[in-house]
Amino acid sequence: MWSLLVNNWQTFLIGFWNTIWCSILALVFSLIIGSGFAILETMPNKFWRGVARVYIEIFRNIPLLVIAMIFYLVIPQFWVKMNGFTAGTIGLTLYTSAFISETVRSGIQSVGDGQMEGARSNGMTYWQAMRYVILPQAFKIVIPPLGNQFVNLIKNSSVLAFVAGFDLMYQGDVIASTTFQTIPTYIIVGIFYLILTLPLSYYMQYLERK
Amino acid sequence: MKPIIEFQHVDKYYGKFHALKDINLTINEGEVVSIVGPSGSGKSTLIRTMNGLEGINGGKLIVNGYDLADKKTNINKIRKDVGMVFQHFNLYENHTVLGNIELAPRVVLHRSKKENDEIAMDLLEKVGLENKAHMFPRNLSGGQQQRVAIARSLAMKPKVILFDEPTSALDPEMIQDVLDVMKLVAEQGITMVVVTHEMGFAREVANRLIFFDQGHVLEDRKPEEFFDHPNTERAKEFLSKIITK
Repeated sequence: MWSLLVNNWQTFLIGFWNTIWCSILALVFSLIIGSGFAILETMPNKFWRGVARVYIEIFRNIPLLVIAMIFYLVIPQFWVKMNGFTAGTIGLTLYTSAFISETVRSGIQSVGDGQMEGARSNGMTYWQAMRYVILPQAFKIVIPPLGNQFVNLIKNSSVLAFVAGFDLMYQGDVIASTTFQTIPTYIIVGIFYLILTLPLSYYMQYLERK
Repeated sequence: MKPIIEFQHVDKYYGKFHALKDINLTINEGEVVSIVGPSGSGKSTLIRTMNGLEGINGGKLIVNGYDLADKKTNINKIRKDVGMVFQHFNLYENHTVLGNIELAPRVVLHRSKKENDEIAMDLLEKVGLENKAHMFPRNLSGGQQQRVAIARSLAMKPKVILFDEPTSALDPEMIQDVLDVMKLVAEQGITMVVVTHEMGFAREVANRLIFFDQGHVLEDRKPEEFFDHPNTERAKEFLSKIITK
């Protein structure tokens, strides 16, 4: 196993790097998009609630692989060309944002109505109340479930393997099929994933205890 | 006397339930008005319409010169001058006591840090909580939280403060501290509307009493007259229950 890693370290490293990079991009953008739709979903205005609902239901209920394939194969035919890494990362971002949206929404709704009424009666606008009173409390509540979403996101980034995204899983497939050392290859791939997800899991447990 | 809150034929429905029935009521600047009445009579609904927390379905409601029923009215402008104190305090749980008092003046009035600190500390001293400035609301007793909530309202320098059952969620030994602070507010000449079950406050501090029942204003008089000689049967019944209790 050690020789397999030494002989293919560059291939593994490219995959590891692409997995990290894809995860960071998807994490940042899904957090922004997800929070945005969560805010829309809790707005008093019915129209915006409806828009958010449609978005969330679509991306939450289609398999991630299908979303990634649409961006990899369908959209380039009609619109812009993109490589596998971009298509996979966009797909992962949209898919995860739907789940983050649900998580953040539940956080916003678990902040009592009294907080909003207090802030509005104090002269603040809806958005000021959100910004200074509701959202800070909501995000604190949803840190543990958000952590789970991030761990899922890293694992789900393996979808890049199906759209030629050169991630850890894809590189593993390449090594396995050229060296025929299937078992050690996927053990190494698994360890690389653990290096990313375990510290995150433990950090979240630590935050939860705090 | 200058009117600051004017109800003209105001109606309010919750679905089919007629919560406020043809309310006609004028409250003048500087008045301390207490609203008493049985549970479920619509007192809280009435006071919550005064700063637009509840919308109205008919009639006209003018607060500080703005028509609340008009869609073009910017409700935030009214609320700058009309504070509210709630039964359950509703302090911002993510801000300290000082932060609670300073937040709205900072983001709504753009008051400078120095002035904001001075005003907030002065108010905390007035409500007797200057040593709690850096604590969070969850570490305060109910009575202390309510005094902070009153200070938070006062920091906006409002013309009117609405009190929606400010002592109903408090332990008996906390009530007096809060009533003392409310008395202080009354002495400053701020218009006060107080939904309350504290008959002592209604009698001694308020200069006007409204008896509210089943969505109607049944009596609107001087407090001592009301307590000594209630006009309506409903009021007599209500008072007899309170006194025997």
